[in-house]
Order: sequence, then structure tokens, then C-alpha cells
Amino acid sequence: MATNPMHQFEVYRIGPEIKLGNIDISFTNASLFMVVSVIGILIIFNLGTKKNSLIPDKMQLLAELSYTFVSKMISDTAGSKAKPYFSFIFSLFMFVLFCNMFGMIPYTFTVTSHIIVTFVLAAFIFIGVTIIGFAKHGIGYLKLFVPSGVPIVLLPLIVVIEVISYLSRPVSLSVRLFANMMAGHTMMKVFGGFVISLGIVGGWLPLSFSVALTGLEILVAFLQAYVFAILTCIYLNDALNLHH
Amino acid sequence: MKKVFVNLIIPSLFFTSVNAAESGGMPQLNPEFWLSQIFWLTITFGILYIVLAKLILPKISGNLEMRKAQILDNIETAEKQREESEGKIKEYEKLIIECKNEAKALISETREKVNKDIAEKNDQIEKEIKEEIKKAELEINNLMKNAPEKINKIAIDTSNELIKGLVGAEVNQSSLSAIVEDLSSKNKGNYYGN
Repeated sequence: MATNPMHQFEVYRIGPEIKLGNIDISFTNASLFMVVSVIGILIIFNLGTKKNSLIPDKMQLLAELSYTFVSKMISDTAGSKAKPYFSFIFSLFMFVLFCNMFGMIPYTFTVTSHIIVTFVLAAFIFIGVTIIGFAKHGIGYLKLFVPSGVPIVLLPLIVVIEVISYLSRPVSLSVRLFANMMAGHTMMKVFGGFVISLGIVGGWLPLSFSVALTGLEILVAFLQAYVFAILTCIYLNDALNLHH
Repeated sequence: MKKVFVNLIIPSLFFTSVNAAESGGMPQLNPEFWLSQIFWLTITFGILYIVLAKLILPKISGNLEMRKAQILDNIETAEKQREESEGKIKEYEKLIIECKNEAKALISETREKVNKDIAEKNDQIEKEIKEEIKKAELEINNLMKNAPEKINKIAIDTSNELIKGLVGAEVNQSSLSAIVEDLSSKNKGNYYGN
């Protein structure tokens, strides 16, 4: 079992089976790492905001830099109108980032390597952005599907393409994160398995690959959290500032 | 490489995995714990969002705003102080220029005064000198006036003595004086002068 690269993604129950009506909501290893990530974020940011001195210490600097990083990301992509959604995007970015990063520790579980988790997040964003769009622009939000400056002949085709691209947003958003995390972790596991199977003689090459991949995966973990957050900002921008 | 992996493996697994989850397929597609994951995701993310939005982020933004305000305040104060110091420097320069002018005025005034004083004293001294000269001239004149008489008298006395010694006879005083008078009046211009 240990050599199966997909084994690491298996979800299993921790503790007793919990049922809410007919639904199984047992605490699993996935739930555990969601809780761990949230606690990790809250501990770091609690430490970072404890003193709130004029000249920040390391933790405070970390908290403030993350704040300004996300704040700048939002204002650059979605403008000043996106200010009310700052807390949500900040939480989203931090949650995805910490889930990704905790997944990089050996023997942990990567929450974001499960399509259901990323899909729920993406679907929530999609529905939320659509509601915001209709609330801000009413039925005029449908103009999003009609780009300006397109010849009238091509318009039916373009509208169909635009609608499909809009509807595929949650899928692309969720699959991108999930696939990146799953592929990376699988690859690391595969190379790790090579190290064991090739032994002391031939194991060094896959080991060095594994080391390099670890660095790459840490980068990917950050990058995917960033991409997830920035795409959310871009979708939000479409809903807030209708350009088409 | 990743892309190839995703493109090839995911679709192939997608259709077989529901049955194959236990036998090495993708555990992600086993729906057994989907609802549990959704449930816990909602709970954990909800808690994270609420705590961040209500407690932590306002603190950070408040602190950042405070720092910004303080920095702006400090910059303003610095600007004000700079302006103040510039004003002071201008004042100081003005003061120095004023002082220089005053000193110049004082110097010229003093010089004038001293010059006037010197001129006055010169005048006075000149006047005194003139007076002295006048007095001396008067005295000289007096002396000049009296000198011939005295000379005549000496001449008369001397000639009287001489005659007495040579001849041994008294000569009439008046006739002698007449001769001397006559001679002296003839040579009057020769007494003084070269």
C-alpha cells in the first residue's frame, strides 16, 4: 500500500462516525488538516497582531506584509470597489496557501488535492460573483457575454463561447488547483518510491529529483494559492466593473 | 510534464475510479467522504473568515492606518520645523545685514564726528597760533621800535667812554647824541636784516 502513489490522498475517519440526519459528517484526516491549517493561520496572525507596535517585530511584519500583499493584489486587479470582499479573498488565499504548505510536510494530508474541496470553494466563488454581478448591474450583467466591437454575424457564436467560458470558470478554477496539487504530490511519491526500489546504488538520482521537486512543489503551493486568489479577483472585477 | 499527466490520467481515471477507488484509482473521486469534507470545509473556512474579518484584519488595517497617519504627521511636523528654521535663518540674515548697516552708519558717524572734532581743534589751534604770532610780532615790533634808541644810547655811552679814554675830555652829551641820531637815521635799514 505504501508504494501506491495515490494512497496519500485517501480519506479515512478519525474517531467515531458522526451522522447529521442521514449525512455522514465524520471527522476525517481531511477535516483534521483543515482545522490544522485554520489554527496555523490564526496562531500566526494572532501573534502578528498581538502587540501592534509602531515598529513591527517579525511576526507583525509577516502579518502586515501579507495584508498589503493581498490588498495590493485586489486593488490592482479589481480596483477599489472590491474593498468589501478583501476579508474573503484574504481568508481564501491564506486557507489555500496553508493547506498547500501543510501538505508539503511528509505524512500529512493535502486538503486542496481533493477536487471536492476545491470545487466547493470555486463554486461558492462562482455563485457569489454571479450574484454580485446581477445585484450591481441587474439584467445588464448579461452584457458580459456580448463583447463590444464584434461583427453581428459572429455574435451568436461569440455569445455561446462566452457563456461556456463563463460557466466553465468554477471547473477550471477548481481543477487547476486540485490537479496541480495532486500531480505534484503523486510525482514526489513516485520518485520517493524509486529511491527505495533502486536502493543505495541507484537511488541517488531520484533522490536528487525528489529534493528538486520539493523545492518546485513549495513554489507551486504558493503559486497556486496566488493564482486561485487572483482569478477570484479577476472574476470579481468582471462582476464589479462591467467592461464589455 | 504535469500537463500531460493531468490531461492523460485524469480523464482516464474519471470514468473508472468510482469503482476503482479501493483498488488504486483516485481516492478523490470516491464520494464516501465528500459531504464530510464539504461540511468541515464550510465550518473551518467559516470560522477562519469570521475570525480574520472581525478580529484580526481590522487590527492590522488599523495599525497600518495609524502608522501611515503617524508618518504623515511626522512629515508634516518636520516640514513645519524646516519652514520655521528657514524663517529663523532669514531673520538671522536680516539681523546680520541690519547690524552691518548699523555698524557702517556708526563708523561713518564716528568718522564724521572725529573729523569735525579734528577740524575744530585745528581751527582753535590755528587761532591760538595766530594770536601767539600776533603777540610775538607785537613784541618784536616793540623791540624793533625800542632797539635803535637803546643802540643809540649804547653808542653814545660807548663813544663817550672812548672819547674820554682817548682824549680825556668830557664831550657834550647832546652833541654826541645828535651825531649818533644822525648816523643811525642814515643807517636805519641796516640794523635788522642782512
